[in-house]
Amino acid sequence: MKYFASTAMALALSVGAAAAEGDLVVYHWFEYMPQELLDKFTAETGVNVTMDTYDSNEAMLASLKAGGMGTYDVAVPGDYMVAIMAGEGLLDTIADGELTNKGNIAPEWADPSFDPGRKHSIPYQWGSTAFAVDTGSYEGDINTTDILFNPPEELRGKINMLDSQGEVMAMASLHMGIPQCSTDRDQLKALNDMLQGAKANWASFNSDTAKEVLVSGDAVVGMIYDGFSAKAREEKASVTYAFPKEGYVVWMDNVVLLKDAPNRENAIKFMDFLLEPENIAAVSNYARYGLGVTGAEDFLDPELATLPESNPPADAGAGAFIEVCDEATQAVYDQIWTNLKK
Amino acid sequence: MAGGAASSGSTASDTYAGARHWLLMPSWFVLLIFVAAPVAMMLVYSFLTKEFRGGVIWEFSLGAYDQFFFDRGLFGDDPPQIDWTYINIFWRSIWQAGLATVLSLLIGFPTAYFIATRPERSRALWVFVITIPYWVNLLIRTVSMKFLLRDQGPMNDFLIWTGVIDDPLRIINTNLAVQLGLFYSYLPFMVLPIYAAVERYNFTLSEAAADLYASKWATLRRVLLPAVKPGVIAGCILVFVPSLGAFLAPDLLGGARNFMIGSLIEEQFKGNAGNWPFGAAASMILLTLVLIILMVFARQQRRMGDMR
Amino acid sequence: MSARTDVKTYPGFFAITLLCMVILYAPLMVVTVYSFNASPSITVWEGLSLRWYADVFTGPESDKFKQAAFNSFSIALIAATLATAIATASATAIVRAGRFRLRLPSLGLITLPILVPEIVLAVATLIFFNSIGFTRGYMTILVAHIAFCIPFAYLPIQARMQGIENTYEQAAMDLYATKAQAFRQVLLPLMMPGIISGFLLAFIVSLDDFIITNFVKGAGVETLPTAIFGSVKQGIKPNIMAISTMLLSLSIMMVTISYFLSKWDNTK
Repeated sequence: MKYFASTAMALALSVGAAAAEGDLVVYHWFEYMPQELLDKFTAETGVNVTMDTYDSNEAMLASLKAGGMGTYDVAVPGDYMVAIMAGEGLLDTIADGELTNKGNIAPEWADPSFDPGRKHSIPYQWGSTAFAVDTGSYEGDINTTDILFNPPEELRGKINMLDSQGEVMAMASLHMGIPQCSTDRDQLKALNDMLQGAKANWASFNSDTAKEVLVSGDAVVGMIYDGFSAKAREEKASVTYAFPKEGYVVWMDNVVLLKDAPNRENAIKFMDFLLEPENIAAVSNYARYGLGVTGAEDFLDPELATLPESNPPADAGAGAFIEVCDEATQAVYDQIWTNLKK
Repeated sequence: MAGGAASSGSTASDTYAGARHWLLMPSWFVLLIFVAAPVAMMLVYSFLTKEFRGGVIWEFSLGAYDQFFFDRGLFGDDPPQIDWTYINIFWRSIWQAGLATVLSLLIGFPTAYFIATRPERSRALWVFVITIPYWVNLLIRTVSMKFLLRDQGPMNDFLIWTGVIDDPLRIINTNLAVQLGLFYSYLPFMVLPIYAAVERYNFTLSEAAADLYASKWATLRRVLLPAVKPGVIAGCILVFVPSLGAFLAPDLLGGARNFMIGSLIEEQFKGNAGNWPFGAAASMILLTLVLIILMVFARQQRRMGDMR
Repeated sequence: MSARTDVKTYPGFFAITLLCMVILYAPLMVVTVYSFNASPSITVWEGLSLRWYADVFTGPESDKFKQAAFNSFSIALIAATLATAIATASATAIVRAGRFRLRLPSLGLITLPILVPEIVLAVATLIFFNSIGFTRGYMTILVAHIAFCIPFAYLPIQARMQGIENTYEQAAMDLYATKAQAFRQVLLPLMMPGIISGFLLAFIVSLDDFIITNFVKGAGVETLPTAIFGSVKQGIKPNIMAISTMLLSLSIMMVTISYFLSKWDNTK
């Protein structure tokens, strides 16, 4: 028994020792970064990258707050989550001059409201969230949020929703034409009732399989991100991304430097690496989303410019970022979400 | 040479009484620190105040339990009413786990019995055949189940091809799919203890019953079952308890539309909700429930033992 | 003699056993067949191919799976071994050391990890590690696995020990064997089947564990279940089917070898 105990200790120590210098631990969305790019980073810098994935901004936040801090170096939160994380004190500040390639950030993304002056983050990818419909199985008008929240008879029970509170709530607010952080009781009650009614028509809540269910035919309608929808279309041509006239969600994911990062230097190297036009273009070519770096045009797949998923038609509604509500308001939205899932 | 149930009296001994504390020390050490202390810590957390967006504030609060049992409306200022939401989630989970256990028992008992009555050499092979699928990860098994049951999956294709049905059976994203998944997840935990018990069973008892003109099924019910009952009960517990807290099957096969206990708790720590005290409170309530069920079980056992 | 086999058999039990096998194996068969599918999509059949097997070893995810497999097997081996040793000692104390005040509490404590639903144990362990500031990683997974494997190793061992009558050791001690000798040379060999099945059960439970591991694992430390979960969350992919088929063939190989070994042993 003593023998086994010491073997256990030795093994554990040897595994622990692997986390010495030359490592980088990335906390990232699923299916969002090509492995070849990570290999390229390793080849250039000698830094060994470990990646862990999550499927919603909220899940990432929860995991970081549940003891994840101090184990990851960088994470990739969406716009509103950057603001929340900064407010929670989870982000480290990037000093002036630390990032060699900071000048590559496109001017329109250099000073966003969620991170003024880009003190904690760099742009990664941006895109929209709406839904896609298999137009091989449904021929009506798809550019309306009614498809999700008040679907025609033939679509009932064939809808997959993203399992992400922020995005579902924002779409529902657009559908009803109310503000995202409403404090009006009647509006909130109506929102709750509307979602309760709509839930009966939904088959499942799943973010990870958002593409798969559309391709396999398990769902005819699926809430989805635009680039993910483009990938689905490559596998099944009849999957069409909708731009509802009521509006849709736009987002930007950002690479942030986490507080207490165990490999802070490598994290900075990694951020510089992702600000190189050629590298970030490789992400866009893989994930089919837009980027926020100047000079990347030459490296981009020409097809990206004409993707139906990233070129809204003239009659599409406006895009809206997800808003951050205050604690009391958020409590009501949390309650609505719980009511929805119970 | 008394077999089966009667043997328990003669095997308990005090041969190693002198070393008992040394023998028990390792398990006390590991389990007190890494099981009992964490559960106690969780109890403490369930009475703390939740921090906005995950974490706790070290202030005493009954908020978590209040949220579980009382409904104060959307805005938290209606007069409190009994909230059936979470109670229903618990009830649904218990019902699902119970059905999965019954299903496992109905299939698992005959299987275990059949295996235990094979010649000794092929028995090992049968046991391995039962356990092989469990070398494949639970997750893969659940996903394969999902793959098989899908509307356009191989099972429906096969049934339509043979002409048994015209339209695909819609099993996926239903409660039936969850039960099938739970049953499939924990079946060997039913088979193995029953197998062990039947293997130990002294078949001369059955022969004696047959000599006294008891029918086969009467022998099964009155002689075999009481003798192997500890195995059956162990099997039921080993299936029921993990099913109660399962979250892969509901998530993957049930479509995550309805919370089960497991997913409700998971959501508090890893999902959107980020309410640690509530997650701890829900865990405590689940734990209490399981302990009550087990205690009732144990008491009944003891009473039946006394009667004998 | 014929009466003896007759009381043992029940009509229909064989049919149910077969049904049980079909249920157990049908999903795995389907996965095996589809692992040879040439198409990157699981829904379309494009002919036979071994490309997904090559992908497991050389594809972009190969390093991740190799590391995860190492973690899983080393954790399962260490946790099951320690848990079995601890469980054997405890079973001896509880079954063979008379009646004493701590006997029932000990039994309760040992079975606690099985009585507590896994999700509850996962939450409790997470909160515990968090509040004592134990950084999550390989060590937290290992420690948690040792703890929850103990009852799984214990139950078969206790069941076996209760079935062994005390007279064997008594006889040995009547022949002047010491207690330690009686334990090592009489009780332990008799208990071997129980110990082996306890070890196997603990090993499988550890190898298979997802929920607790998922809660207590640290950044980037994956076991096979969590690595596979990371991949299959987006839907089952052909390379995952290839991995499961390989795990399945590995087990069948082990079973076959052990079956023939035991046969060879008997004919010797």
